[in-house]
Amino acid sequence: MDAESLLLSLELASGSGQGLSPDRRASLLTSLTLVKRDYRYSRVLFWGRILGVVADYYIAQGLSENQLAPRKTLYSLNCIEWSLLPPATEEMAAQTAMVKGRFMGDPSHEYEHTELQKTNDGDKAFEEEVVVQIKEETRLVSIIDQIDKAVAVIPRGALFKTPFGPIHVNRTFEGLPLSEAKKLSSYFHFREPVLLKNKSLLEKASLDPSLDFMDSLEHDIPKGSWSIQMERGNALVVLRSLLWPGLTFYHTPRTKSYGYIYVGTGEKNIDLPFML
Amino acid sequence: MEDVTSEEQVKGNQELKEAGQPWEKSISSLQDLEPKPAEPSGVEKGAETGSPPKGSPPRSPPSLSDPRSPHASLSPSSLQELSFIPSTLALAPEPKNLTTPCPSDSTTTDILKAGIPHPDLLEQPPGNKEPSHHLTSPSNIGQQFQQSRSHLYGPRNVSRNHCKQKGLESDVSQEENSNSNYSLDQPEPQAFEEAPSTLETAIQNAKAYLIKTSSKSGFNLYDHLSNVLTKVLDERPDDAVDIIENISQDVKKAQFNKKLDTLQNENEMLPTYEIAEKQKDLFLQRHLEGAEQDSEEEIVENPLPNVMESAFYFEQAGIGLGTDETFRVFLALKQLTDTHPIQRCRFWGKILGVEMNYIVAEVEFREGEDEDEVEEEDVGEERDEEESESDEDEEDGLPKSIYKAPPAIPKEENRTGANKYVYFVCNEPGRPWVKLPSVTPAQIVVARKIKKFFTGRLDAPIISYPPFPGNESNYLRAQIARISAGTHVSPLGFYQFGEEEGEEEEELEGGRESFEENPDFEGIQVTDLVESLANWVHHVQHILPQGRCNWFNPVQKNEEEEEEEEEKGEEPDYMEQEVGPPLLTPISEDIEIQNIPPWTTQLSSNLIPQYAIAVLRSNLWPGAYAVSNGKKFDNFYIGWGHKYSVDNYTPPVPPPVYQEYPSGPEITEMDDPSVEQEQTFRAAQEDAALDSEENEETEEEEDEEDDDD
Repeated sequence: MDAESLLLSLELASGSGQGLSPDRRASLLTSLTLVKRDYRYSRVLFWGRILGVVADYYIAQGLSENQLAPRKTLYSLNCIEWSLLPPATEEMAAQTAMVKGRFMGDPSHEYEHTELQKTNDGDKAFEEEVVVQIKEETRLVSIIDQIDKAVAVIPRGALFKTPFGPIHVNRTFEGLPLSEAKKLSSYFHFREPVLLKNKSLLEKASLDPSLDFMDSLEHDIPKGSWSIQMERGNALVVLRSLLWPGLTFYHTPRTKSYGYIYVGTGEKNIDLPFML
Repeated sequence: MEDVTSEEQVKGNQELKEAGQPWEKSISSLQDLEPKPAEPSGVEKGAETGSPPKGSPPRSPPSLSDPRSPHASLSPSSLQELSFIPSTLALAPEPKNLTTPCPSDSTTTDILKAGIPHPDLLEQPPGNKEPSHHLTSPSNIGQQFQQSRSHLYGPRNVSRNHCKQKGLESDVSQEENSNSNYSLDQPEPQAFEEAPSTLETAIQNAKAYLIKTSSKSGFNLYDHLSNVLTKVLDERPDDAVDIIENISQDVKKAQFNKKLDTLQNENEMLPTYEIAEKQKDLFLQRHLEGAEQDSEEEIVENPLPNVMESAFYFEQAGIGLGTDETFRVFLALKQLTDTHPIQRCRFWGKILGVEMNYIVAEVEFREGEDEDEVEEEDVGEERDEEESESDEDEEDGLPKSIYKAPPAIPKEENRTGANKYVYFVCNEPGRPWVKLPSVTPAQIVVARKIKKFFTGRLDAPIISYPPFPGNESNYLRAQIARISAGTHVSPLGFYQFGEEEGEEEEELEGGRESFEENPDFEGIQVTDLVESLANWVHHVQHILPQGRCNWFNPVQKNEEEEEEEEEKGEEPDYMEQEVGPPLLTPISEDIEIQNIPPWTTQLSSNLIPQYAIAVLRSNLWPGAYAVSNGKKFDNFYIGWGHKYSVDNYTPPVPPPVYQEYPSGPEITEMDDPSVEQEQTFRAAQEDAALDSEENEETEEEEDEEDDDD
């Protein structure tokens, strides 16, 4: 959710019980403004909160003019002092895939993980136990990246592709009409398209190149990994990810207000097929 | 009137032409000739189309072969005629003129198709009309008339384009047609050949978008633009580009807008109004029943909890539903307490569902006011038992199935154990409250083994392995019981055991199960609450693995049957009693989840610790919270209703396969007696017989015969 309209957004997304205490709100409003100035971001998003056993991580993201450019992620434990996180890499994801369980809330905490490594010593090949240590900060980076890639959501039409390539915020976006707001196909993944390139020409033919340049939610696997609800009559659409429980997206049809927030433990729900 | 008739005729002509084209294609040589008869005279036509060729310089060489190109090149003559004919066209619908607009129209449509409508249309008038403008005003009018009309025909072009999309044949033929007629069109087919499909679809899409009618005013941008341009050309302002906004505004204002009376109501926002209507009742109710309540309150203590106060504390902790929704829930709870004989009520929490959510209220009825429904449920159960018994009686002779389902553990009585409270749920504040059925141990046992998302519909079936006895309302109730048992905690000392009641119920073996508020509770320092988990205690009974809070010995019940079943000594006569932590056990004794502490405590604000409150978060049931400011406390749950585990959910293993009857003397049979055996046997018998008496010889002979058979 946008840092500027944080208070309204929090109120709208609060149907899932995810809020911020008044002192956190106040400190976020203050510090995110400064973050925007110091890091020269064109837009700052309050991304959410990862619940640790001891303390919580508050996460913010800075966007440049091109909305789909790699985002800078910052974290904070007290909502005032922000530290920049390194960009996520494939290697990190592979490493942290071994780690299970909750976050501790201490960035310097090290998870220990024993791994069997095969070493070839001459002709003999024998297995050796190696203790791999993974810092929680690394895991945090990787998890945020995974969540972003999997379930960050944006309504159709909120961004548009300029003829020169970069993707900008669509100023003429006036919200989805009610009939569209109930469909998953009117929401996109807020990331570089992955599935779109695999589509056939026939499927692409009906798309509007300036708006439909991202992956739609409706093709997510497994089917049913989203809960879409109309709340307060039809005045509010709330999307909840079932794959990453804790991610809430809200949109008020016919208005510009939309956003998502993640409040959760930072664990993927791999049990989803059993639960549907 | 003239416009309308001529337009219609033109339209008819166009359609005729279009319809004819596919067939004409085969005879292209004829085709070139055919359009000509449709046009009265080449001169008039040339005059009509004389303006476009002038305005569009890119003329291709093939125009030389075109029979009418001389006319086009003869600009002076065409101009003269041009100045005359359109004026007559505008004035009187002569038969000639009815046909003449046709070619001009088709040219403009072709230009439009090429995607460069405005340059041609805009350039041509100044090029042509500068002279005529000064000379004759009628020509001017006539031309504008034509132009505006060509704009008006715009929408129809879409249908034409669709026709083209259907078959390239017609397209080709049409282009050939127009090529032969108008050299002007020559450059366009080339453009089409390069990128026929994408460009065309793009243009079509763009045009369709422009033609999309606004729901507010009922106009579309296409018409508006053409009207604006018409106005500009009509009035010829000096600096049109500077005042284009004003012109646009004027055109919009000048539109005649008739409000059409539609038969159907617009019901798009119906659900919004529906829920608003229902919630309005919540707000109204307070005033209506205010008078009645005053009398009631004197008798009964007000059961309504102060939702807003606890919501305030939860907000400090960063949890909650948002201010307005909380207040709606508050009103909904008030509605609940007003309509039911409720002694105590509490906002339990919210369980998220896939389609809808559940708002859960925990209530306690007044003494003896909730028994009616219970009896009905019992009757149903008894019936089932009778049926199963009657089935057994029918079987006779053959051995019956000795398998008996494990003894059903009866559910706990209302007001005890897991059924201590009654739960009401509703999907949204304002919608009716639904009472959840009481929970049975079997449901709890199964619910522990499954993990399902709630759909939001209480009657949705739960399809799971192992099969869940009941629908979603039962599963919801079981999860509520489990969550309550695990996460309802209070500061140490807030509750104490009721002395009188406790002694009476000790026979239940589950320990004392009732408690009361401690009148001498003095509060606990918030910092103590945060620092030590020992200062928090469970005030809801632990649910045993059996599915009950109080131990029920399933073997005792079988005593009557035991006499019959004594042969099977395998079943234990007495199951070991399951014991859980007693009531008011500190949560510091809760079991760890694989190195993760089951509870996380935090201070709501580190900035102002002296006024902060203690926040307790359950790690076992994500979404369960407790807050306390030292004197008051509250519990709240909001989440999906699932338990946390580090490992993934694993479906329960299938039950063991029943072993077949062990192969023993009862099962195996001896081999048939062999000849040797029989012979030895007979020999032995014979010996015996010989030894005994000779009188029995006759009988032995008979036996032999039998053996041979």
